[in-house]
Amino acid sequence: MNLKPTRLRMCGNWVLDRFPLAQVWNEHMAHYYAPKNFNFWYFFGSLALLVLVNQFVTGILLTMNYKPDAKLAFDSVEYIMRDVNWGWLVRYMHSTGASAFFIVIYLHMFRGLLYGSFKQPRELIWIFGMLLFVALMAEAFMGYLLPWGQMSYWGAQVIISLFSAIPVIGDDLALWIRGDYVISDATLNRFFAFHVIAVPLVLVLLVFMHIVALHEVGSNNPDGVDIKKSKDPWGHPVDGIPFHPYYTVKDVVGVAVFLLFFATVIFYMPEMGGYFLEHANFIPADPMKTPEHIAPVWYFTPFYSILRAIPDKFAGVIGMGGSIVVLFLLPWLDRGKVKSIRYRGGIYKKALMLFVISFIALGYLGTQPVTPLATNMARIFTAIYFGFFLLMPIYTRWEKLKPVPSHITMQPTLEERIPELKAVFDEVTLVTEGENAKRGFNPTGAKNVLVRTAKNLKESLD
Amino acid sequence: MKKLLSLLLFSLSLNVFASGGADLQSADIDLTDKVSLQRGAKNFVTYCLGCHSAKQIRYLRIANDLGLDEKHVLKDIAPEGAGIYEQLHSAMNKHDAEKWFGTQPPDLSLIARSRGADWLYSYLKGFYADKNRPFGVNNAIFEDVGMPNPLWQLQGEQQPVYEIDGERRVLEKLVSSSAGSQSPEDFDKTVNDLVNFLVYVGEPVQLERQQMGKYVIFYLLIFLVVAYLLKKEYWKDVH
Amino acid sequence: MIDQSVDKSKRQFLTTALTVVGAVGTGYLAVPFLSQMQPSVKAMAAGAPVEVDISKIEAGQLIRVAWRGKPVWVLQRTPEVLATLTTLDGQLRDPQSNESSQPESSKNPARSMKPEIFIAVGLCTHLGCSPTFRPEVAPHDLGSDWKGGFFCPCHGSWFDLAGRVYKGVPAPTNLEVPPYRYITDTQIIIGEAAEEKSA
Repeated sequence: MNLKPTRLRMCGNWVLDRFPLAQVWNEHMAHYYAPKNFNFWYFFGSLALLVLVNQFVTGILLTMNYKPDAKLAFDSVEYIMRDVNWGWLVRYMHSTGASAFFIVIYLHMFRGLLYGSFKQPRELIWIFGMLLFVALMAEAFMGYLLPWGQMSYWGAQVIISLFSAIPVIGDDLALWIRGDYVISDATLNRFFAFHVIAVPLVLVLLVFMHIVALHEVGSNNPDGVDIKKSKDPWGHPVDGIPFHPYYTVKDVVGVAVFLLFFATVIFYMPEMGGYFLEHANFIPADPMKTPEHIAPVWYFTPFYSILRAIPDKFAGVIGMGGSIVVLFLLPWLDRGKVKSIRYRGGIYKKALMLFVISFIALGYLGTQPVTPLATNMARIFTAIYFGFFLLMPIYTRWEKLKPVPSHITMQPTLEERIPELKAVFDEVTLVTEGENAKRGFNPTGAKNVLVRTAKNLKESLD
Repeated sequence: MKKLLSLLLFSLSLNVFASGGADLQSADIDLTDKVSLQRGAKNFVTYCLGCHSAKQIRYLRIANDLGLDEKHVLKDIAPEGAGIYEQLHSAMNKHDAEKWFGTQPPDLSLIARSRGADWLYSYLKGFYADKNRPFGVNNAIFEDVGMPNPLWQLQGEQQPVYEIDGERRVLEKLVSSSAGSQSPEDFDKTVNDLVNFLVYVGEPVQLERQQMGKYVIFYLLIFLVVAYLLKKEYWKDVH
Repeated sequence: MIDQSVDKSKRQFLTTALTVVGAVGTGYLAVPFLSQMQPSVKAMAAGAPVEVDISKIEAGQLIRVAWRGKPVWVLQRTPEVLATLTTLDGQLRDPQSNESSQPESSKNPARSMKPEIFIAVGLCTHLGCSPTFRPEVAPHDLGSDWKGGFFCPCHGSWFDLAGRVYKGVPAPTNLEVPPYRYITDTQIIIGEAAEEKSA
């Protein structure tokens, strides 16, 4: 690098003398030491930020043509889809981005459950993260009303009616939120205001606080070991590497893979079989006629299932609210002494597995019509959902812990596992002899692999 | 734990159309078949536009996407007096609609996206004679629909055949009782063209979108390769 | 821990390569984002050519029609007005319309296809106000020099009845003449250029 004081460099210095750009960069990127053993689960924080930016950019472009008016809203969305140059791309990026946001956030939260990222000293990061999650749900819910389709309308109707379950003030509160006796133009207009300006500001503020809190205590890692305990002579953690360039280049790979999935959805399946864009939402809102089957968008369905599972209006609302509140309490419910699932006892592993199964099952049931069987299933899974959290103070005490290493361990990466995967592939296939040799299925090999996998799974749960 | 992810993706890939239980016949949708779309457009204007609008699409868009001359669209497809920039508005006004049908017939711009192609195909073929209904027809897919069969001259009349299942009477199949101006094969083709056109109208950009997707994904693969090589190079440092 | 024996040039090359590939992608993404702010099909539909029936316009009368949302004037000029126009050249900034915007068929002193029918976009070429139509000669507020024309109240620009700008006023060029053509003698379509005569 040539360090001649060029005019450009002088301008740069003029700015740096007055603004701590270099300091911010160093503190949060170049000199921020992160554990060197981040795995697959650590991609989703940066991806969430990417999706947030996507939603901001495409959202701003959409507001240029969208009309927050009950008479015009539905048609203005179709106007964007058809008459506005590239409007369809911007709209699909925004609608797919909404679902992508929740996929990324759910995986990001699951990472916290796996490696105890919510535990001391990171409780506040978890709290800010949960506030972000709640703000994101509000953002998504209000955004979903804007296309003013049948699902938009009736979904909002149902969710706002939840508030009327609150004793004494409920009905007045629901009326106040709607600004009318039903969901109407007034509701649409205020949801637009919240969706495009109020909640996004809150989101940005919370993202800022989430990251500041994280960089104060430092990142957790898949071993749950505190890397600050052993430092080299220069004061850097031995097990840490600067975030930039190591994790910036790694995250870019994650971004590329994510964008491949994202683009596939946008260009080939923007409705995602009715999960990302619901079929009934292509019918304009009709306050006189409820669709035969209403279901919220997929990312709300686990909580919606909990609501439907409880046979009492007020208790249902409490249950649904409680299923989110209980997540805030997680750092104090978990009494386990180690952070990472790698060194936790089998009981936590089993509990977490049951929790994930019930979360997905509740999500699935929430998309389906109510039947007595489905309701009973939803009740069982609701019990497991709450059991996971509320019994945590008890079962985490009985955990038989494994010894935690003093330094982080390096697990084989995905690319290092390729030979291993190839061996499995060879085992389940059989090459026929002869001139035109073909690979065929090998039942005995497949059986062996299955048995081995089952054994490994069982062992890993102990 | 990664298996949970694939399970999640699998559960998302299941399809949910909120429509009734009757078995649907599958429509053969091919948006690259411009000739079919042109026939569908012509038939839509002839048989549907009298009552239903498709107000989200303009004649100009149809001309461009279906490879037709603007003048040709105005002369052969659009009703008399329509402008090329105009949307497909119905000639029937709201007042008449409510007098005749009790309600305004829905706009059909997005019907293929809310109902699905197979539903539309089965519905249009599912009209049968029923003296108890105001228009003398009922529908196997959409019971007690408040609409006459717009294609009856082409299809002729169908009679229901019921199966007695205990106390209930179940519609088993429809049989033709009088021939229409088209043979059953030609009629299927006419309906299919119409549904093909409605699928196109539901999202005119879909063909272009899919063609563009290839380039975007190709680009992202290149980006991924370069990003991976750079990551690998830097991570040589980390032991 | 960090190995010093690294191939710096390879890193530099790959960093540059990724930057270039990323910049190309961002560039391509910017195209839809920026072009979505261009006029939509709806705006183009509103900007479609408009037909004007000129049979009802009396001599000396001006009617206004909207084309692309802009006011377009259609003025029926009297022979006296047309006679005055030729005497003004010395007071005008661009009497031959060399620097002004008009279709080739209207690039003549009267600035129209047929001298008696004058068509122009009624927006001042200075900053876009719509000038007022002042056909009277020497009114008391505009002084005795006024030969009839268009006066822009925003910043005081003067134009004659062929939309030509006077010297010493802020407007830089003559009023814009939109593309138009005659369908019949009494029907004009504004927004479609007259067919060029083949040379």
